[in-house]
Amino acid sequence: MDQLISNPAYPHILSILIFLPLAGAFLLLFVRNEYFARYWALGVTCLTATLSIPLLMAFDIGTSKFQFVEQATWIKSLNIQYVVGVDGISILLVLLTTFIMPLCVIASWSYIKTRVQAFMVCLLIMESAMLGVFVALDFVLFYILWEAMLIPMYMLIAIWGGPRKIYASIKFFLYTLAGSVLLLVAIIWLYIHNDYSFFIPDMMWQNYSSTAQILLFLAFFLAFAIKVPMFPFHTWLPAAHVEAPTAGSVILASVLLKMGTYGFLRFAIPITPEATMTLAPYVLWLSIAGIMYGGFTALAQHDMKKLIAYSSVGHMGFVTLGIFVLNTNGVEGAILQMINHGITTGALFLCIGMIYERTHSRELRDATGVGKHMPIYVTFLTFFSLSSFGFPATNSFVGEFLIIAGTFEHSTVLALACIPGAVLAAAYMLRMLQKIIWGGTDNPDQSWITDLNAREIVTLAPLLFFVFWIGLGAQPFIDLIHVSVENLLTNYHGFHSQAVAVTELIIH
Amino acid sequence: MQFLPELILLGAGLIIFVVSLGKTNADTTRNIAIGLGAAIFGATLLSYCQTGKLFFNAYQVDLFSQVFKTLIAGAMLLVLIFGHKLKGIAAKVHPEYYFFLFMSVLGLMMLVSSVELISIFVSLELSSFAVYIMVPMRNDEGEFRFQMEAGIKYLLFGVTATGFMLFGMSYMYGLTGSTELSVVIEKLSTMWTQPAAVIAMMMVLGGFFFKLAIFPFHFWVPDVYEGASNETTAFIASVPKLAAVAMLIRLVSLIGGEGQVILNVLMVCAVVSMFYGNLSALVQTDVKRMLGFSGIAHAGFVLLGILTFQITGYANAMYYIIGYVIMNLACFLVICTVSENGENVQIADLSGLHKRSPLMAFTLAVGLFALAGIPPFVGFMGKFMLLTGALREGYMVAVVLAAINTAIAIFYYLSVVRVTYCSDPEERASVTPSMMTNVASVFLLLAIVIMGVSPQRFVDFASTAVQTIM
Repeated sequence: MDQLISNPAYPHILSILIFLPLAGAFLLLFVRNEYFARYWALGVTCLTATLSIPLLMAFDIGTSKFQFVEQATWIKSLNIQYVVGVDGISILLVLLTTFIMPLCVIASWSYIKTRVQAFMVCLLIMESAMLGVFVALDFVLFYILWEAMLIPMYMLIAIWGGPRKIYASIKFFLYTLAGSVLLLVAIIWLYIHNDYSFFIPDMMWQNYSSTAQILLFLAFFLAFAIKVPMFPFHTWLPAAHVEAPTAGSVILASVLLKMGTYGFLRFAIPITPEATMTLAPYVLWLSIAGIMYGGFTALAQHDMKKLIAYSSVGHMGFVTLGIFVLNTNGVEGAILQMINHGITTGALFLCIGMIYERTHSRELRDATGVGKHMPIYVTFLTFFSLSSFGFPATNSFVGEFLIIAGTFEHSTVLALACIPGAVLAAAYMLRMLQKIIWGGTDNPDQSWITDLNAREIVTLAPLLFFVFWIGLGAQPFIDLIHVSVENLLTNYHGFHSQAVAVTELIIH
Repeated sequence: MQFLPELILLGAGLIIFVVSLGKTNADTTRNIAIGLGAAIFGATLLSYCQTGKLFFNAYQVDLFSQVFKTLIAGAMLLVLIFGHKLKGIAAKVHPEYYFFLFMSVLGLMMLVSSVELISIFVSLELSSFAVYIMVPMRNDEGEFRFQMEAGIKYLLFGVTATGFMLFGMSYMYGLTGSTELSVVIEKLSTMWTQPAAVIAMMMVLGGFFFKLAIFPFHFWVPDVYEGASNETTAFIASVPKLAAVAMLIRLVSLIGGEGQVILNVLMVCAVVSMFYGNLSALVQTDVKRMLGFSGIAHAGFVLLGILTFQITGYANAMYYIIGYVIMNLACFLVICTVSENGENVQIADLSGLHKRSPLMAFTLAVGLFALAGIPPFVGFMGKFMLLTGALREGYMVAVVLAAINTAIAIFYYLSVVRVTYCSDPEERASVTPSMMTNVASVFLLLAIVIMGVSPQRFVDFASTAVQTIM
């Protein structure tokens, strides 16, 4: 248990972050007032965001150990513990979650008109579960939160979604659940081979047999690749994104997709390093396939939400690419890109939600030429679009640059193969941007449309702030993750040199 | 004191019999029945810590049996409470219906205490025959009279299963010369290499497989569930399963050493039950039929715990069946409440339930998600512990197949939740559950969540109970 550090100044900060939204949701069950529900949800999420700031302030960037750890026995006979902690890999994701949630509440302020209390309850439960997934250090705790997330997310899509919500929500639920049942078997297998312990850090860097590693990796891969989603497991994503309400799309894009890549970093690489080595080339080429597929498909969409959804497939392809080149630049770029994608794509979904609230259509052709009447809106949209295809001085540029630099270190062929993806991103984003701002000669009459109100500006402004902050000064963010990434990679390469040494010993 | 719950049950039967002689209105009968049910539950609580042997050692009262008696009485009381209107039963036979209900419960309570072959048989028959009569007591609905078909099917399949069991018992007696379970098992333990011993054991287990609805003794389930009135189905789907699991644990736990060759048979039964139940449930439109098939799959899961031959495995199976009964009762509570005049509930009839009765919709959703094994509900914890126990014994294939079944099962549970929450009620009337039903549903909801979130205490307790019979 020497991988853990508790912080005496903030002994229960993570538990507070996890359970505060849950408690808020519980109280909201007994409220019948819609206005109160909105303000209450906003208050709870803002409070959670505020409480997560000390996490950043007191985070020790000099160690790769888990910090702010809390530990308690939960189910003694199975040795299941309640252990939570953050390290460099999870800290930014936790903060991303806490900060994106108030924006989701504001974005749903007038968008959600029916069953407001239930909607807010679902949002708050989602927040609890998502934070829990990122900080859980016990595999059962992780799995429970991972699965528990399905119910509120299903409800968000199935009740407040668009016309094909039933199809989309069931597809989402079935895909994710089917992917993770074998993860459960893998967890139990690991438990039995680790002296009956579910403690995640103890499972890492162990010498499991090669066959076992491959099978474990495949179980992990199925669960996480569906969540990311990697090509060819992505088909639930466009459906879910398109039908979900704005807040649901934002949560999906900003946080839920990150859980897959987080799973690769937290579980797949440290628990099955040998299998990672063996199977990484396949994963890398799947990532390239995802980048190209996402790009080309996005280019052909006339539904704005679908366009952004397919662009997510492409962006997440970059993230998995960065993870599996397994060098510092690649992995740091991947983590940074996870955050960037959360900010940028979240913002783009918010933008599209705002148009939808006005025109009640997600069709690109119904939104052509609004630039003339919504100058503030298109300013925001332009910056977010530029960020989405990695324009210099925006956040995604830093992330993609690091990933591609890492890929070059790994293999030039691979790097050259992913370049067209970056070009495609520019193509489809600029196409959308051009149509929304100017359109053509046959624009529909948009003169009745109103520009953003103060609430909407408040929703988008913080995201724009982060777009430029990370774009112009990414160093503080990289410092946060650097030590943990270095530690992960040192262990990984150390594991392999050790394995090579052992093999040589046997041969000679 | 040791025999108190059974005596109270007998007394309850007599009182109801007297009631049936006169002309009492439905409300009075119902109140008497619920009062008696509460008294029986109280009696099981009172005689909770008793131990001892009765009737020339044929009847053993220990912690294990008393726990199951309490559970049986509790489940019966819940069925009485939420099915209190007995919508599907003609008012003039209400007292008789309650009489048979109590007699069936009496049989089940005697069953969990029986440690002698003849008394096992007699109690099993007592519990079964009462239910054979309860099934066709349903109100006649049109010309099809499918309650009669269900009754006959139940009777025929039941008698066949009993035949198997009796045949097995005769083998046991022939091999050992005794009907006392302790003697039988002790003598059998030296002769597991003989096929006759294994066949005898399998056939006796078959009788309980019938009660629990495990492949290949499951054929009665869908038609009986559909044909019996909602309240009767709620009873059949929960209470006898508790007793069946108790007896399976009691018998299997006595098998030692070589006898574990029946493991392979049990494993095949478990896996086939899961696949059969889940795949068939996918295409059902009647909620009761669907729950019936899902019950077959869940019985397979219970068997997965029993076939580990470990105390923890038995305790997990016990925890799982308690959880299953609670989840199942939550679903049947909603079915009984939604059904207006005791007719069967189609999945489409649940449309827009969230508008017609938010609490009922919530109960149904939680019950179904729990049955599907989604955390943080009891269904997940139960499955998780069963899978852990089975994998610990090295049954990798069975565990993977069981995990795949979880994924198959989610579809049909989810499609019911979808109808409840995502479709419009159209012209369907709103549902107004009575106060008692509301209390029962809140109780079940709390039980589902609490058992799921902190299972430690329950599993420890189940282990203690199981240890008393080892």
